[in-house]
Amino acid sequence: MTEECELFECGHRACGGCGPALAARLIMKATGENTIVVASTGCMEVFSTPYPETAWGVPWIHSLFENAAAVASGIEASLKKQGRDEHVVCICGDGATFDIGMLCISGAFERGHDITYICYDNEAYMNTGIQRSGATPYDADTTTSPAGKCSTGNPRPKKDLPAILAAHGAAYVATASIAYPNDLIKKVQRAVSTHGPNYIQVHAPCCTGWGFDGSQTMAVGRLAVETGLWVNYEMMNGEVERVRKVGHRKAVDDYLSVQKRFRHLYRPGRNEEEIAKIQAIADANAAKFGVDLNMKKEE
Amino acid sequence: MMEILEGSHAVAEAVRLCRPQVVAAYPITPQTHIVEALASMVADCKLDAEYICVESEFSALSACLGASAAGSRVYSATTSQGLALMFEVCFNVAGMRQPVVMTIANRALGAPLNIWNDQQDSISLRDSGWLQFYAEDNQEATDLHFIAYKVAEDHRVLLPAMVCFDGFILTHTYEPVDMPSQEAIDAFLPPYAPVNILDAKKPMSLGMYATPDYYMEFRYETDQAQKRAKEVFAEVGAEFAAKFGRDYSGLVEGYRLEDADMAFIALGSICGTVREAIDEMRADGKKVGLLKVRSFRPFPSEEIRAALPGVSKVAVLDKNISLGQKGALALEVRDALYGSGIDVKGYILALGGRDVRQADIKAIADLLEKGEGDQFFGLRTEVL
Repeated sequence: MTEECELFECGHRACGGCGPALAARLIMKATGENTIVVASTGCMEVFSTPYPETAWGVPWIHSLFENAAAVASGIEASLKKQGRDEHVVCICGDGATFDIGMLCISGAFERGHDITYICYDNEAYMNTGIQRSGATPYDADTTTSPAGKCSTGNPRPKKDLPAILAAHGAAYVATASIAYPNDLIKKVQRAVSTHGPNYIQVHAPCCTGWGFDGSQTMAVGRLAVETGLWVNYEMMNGEVERVRKVGHRKAVDDYLSVQKRFRHLYRPGRNEEEIAKIQAIADANAAKFGVDLNMKKEE
Repeated sequence: MMEILEGSHAVAEAVRLCRPQVVAAYPITPQTHIVEALASMVADCKLDAEYICVESEFSALSACLGASAAGSRVYSATTSQGLALMFEVCFNVAGMRQPVVMTIANRALGAPLNIWNDQQDSISLRDSGWLQFYAEDNQEATDLHFIAYKVAEDHRVLLPAMVCFDGFILTHTYEPVDMPSQEAIDAFLPPYAPVNILDAKKPMSLGMYATPDYYMEFRYETDQAQKRAKEVFAEVGAEFAAKFGRDYSGLVEGYRLEDADMAFIALGSICGTVREAIDEMRADGKKVGLLKVRSFRPFPSEEIRAALPGVSKVAVLDKNISLGQKGALALEVRDALYGSGIDVKGYILALGGRDVRQADIKAIADLLEKGEGDQFFGLRTEVL
C-alpha cells in the first residue's frame, strides 16, 4: 500500500474499464476503513488478490464460490461476541449470488445477521469466460447460452433477486449502478448503517464479457438505466421507496446495439420480434417502478 | 466428578468447558443430541456463546470458518451426509489454518441411506488436512475435546481437528464419565490466542488465490503442520495425564502387546469389543493383543512400527472401505509396516451399523492364522 492508494485500488489486475473494479472502489469509499470484506470466488477475487499481493486496504477474506454469506454470518457472530463493531460487507458476483450462493444467502438473511451483501452484477460468469448465470438478461449471447440457428441467446429473463431478498425480511434492499457513483455511495452508506441483513445489487458492466470498449463502461451503464432495462431503486421493509426516474426513456436498441452479446439481434438483419420482447421487458420495468417522469403528460 | 451421562451429553458438556465463543451447527442423526444440549446450555446461560442456527452443514462450517478467522474459538458437530456436505469447506478450513474443532458422530454414507455407525464419513475426509482423533469410549470422547482444542490452537499446528466417536454405539450410550471441573479445564486450556485475524485495525487478506508459483508451498506447510501435530499431541496428552490422571499421550495405545505374536489394529469403539475378545483368547492360550489407533491424522507410522516388536501377523479392522481397494486403515498400516516382514491383513466389517461381537473378533483371528484376509467379514451369504 502506498499513501495514494484507496481502500480498494492499488495493484489490481482487472481489465481497463472494469465495471466491478469501479464498483469495489466506490463501495469502499462508502464503507470506510472500519470494514471487513467477505468475497466469493470470482473475477474480483482473482484480479484483486493474486498471492502474495492484494488490492484491499481493509481486512478481506475469501473462502469459496458459494459461502460468503455464511462466512459473514460467522464473522458477525464472532465480532458480536467480542464486542467489536466493524461493518461486515460481502462483495460477490452474480454467479455467487443468484446461483450457487443462494442457500447461504437465504439462510443468513433469514437469521437476520447484521451484514451488508453487495452483488456486483455483470450478468454472467465472467471469471471462467462468459457463461450464463441467473442474472443474465434475456437473449444475451454467452458461451453457455449461445445465439445460433435455433437460439436467440439466453432463453430466460433475469432472476428478480432484490424481490427475493426483500421477501426474506431484509430491512433495506437497493439496486444501483456504477454509472451513478454518488447514488451508489449513498446506498452503501445507508445499508451499512441499517441494522440487519441488507442487500444492494450493483449493475457493473463488463467490457470484456459484454463486448464493448473499456472507455465506454460508464456510458453503457447509463444506457441500461436510460432504456429502463436496469432500474435504480430503494426498498425499505419490502416497499419500493425511491426510484430513479427517466425523462425520456431511450429505445432498447441504444443499449443493445453497442454490445457484442446482443449483436445477433442485428445481424444479418434486425430481429424485430426479439427486440420487441426486450423492449417489452424495459416497458414492464418502467411501468412496475414508475420510471417514466413524463408518463402522465404523455398519457 | 463422576457422572452417568449419555455420550452426546458428555461431549456437549466437554465442549461447554472449552468455552467456545461461537457454535454453528445443523442437526443430523446421530449427532443431534450434542447440538440440542449445547443450544439448551446457551438458552440457560450456562454457555456464553453465539449459537448460529444455520440452514445446512455447509453453512455451519462456513460460519465456523468466518468466526474463527475473526478471532473466536468455534465449535461444530456433524456426521455422514452433513460432513459430506461440508467437504469443500473442510479443505478450506484446513488450508486457511483455522483451528476449528468439530465432533463427528460417525455414521455410514448413502446410498443406500443408513443412519447407523461406521466410519466412512470421517475417513473420507482424511486428505483434507484436518486432525482426526478417534475415541474408544465416552470418557475418551470427552477428554479428546480438551486435547483437540489445545493441539489445534497450538501455534506450531494451527489446524482444524475432528473428534470422532461412533454414532449410537457411543453417542446414545450412557456410561460413567469423569467430567473435569471448569477451573481445571481453564487451567489446562487457555483462551484462544489467534495468530492472524480479520481486524480493521490491522488489515490483511485471507484466502487469496495462489498460482502454480505458490500453491504447492501452502500444501507443504500444511503437511508440515500435520507432522508437527504428532509431537504436540504427545505433549498435550502427557500434560493432560499429569493433571487428570488419564493418559492420552500416545497416538496409539497398546493392549496386551508385550508378548503378542498376533495383533488387531482398529479405530474407535470396536476396540472395546476387541479387548474383551483378547482376554478370552488369551485364556485359551492365544498370544493376541490390540493396537488402538487414536490419531488417524496425523498418522502414527513410527509409533505403530515401534509398538509391534514381536508381532508377525496383524488384523486391521476397518469400518470403512476405499471401494475398489481396501479399508483405509489397513492400507495405512501396511504402509507403516512396509519392509517389517509383518503380515498385514484387512477386514471390512460393521458397515452401516452391523453388529460386531466378540465371537466375530475370534473368527477373524482364526482367518488371520490361516492367512485369509483382505475381505469383507460377516457378509450375507446370498451375495456371495
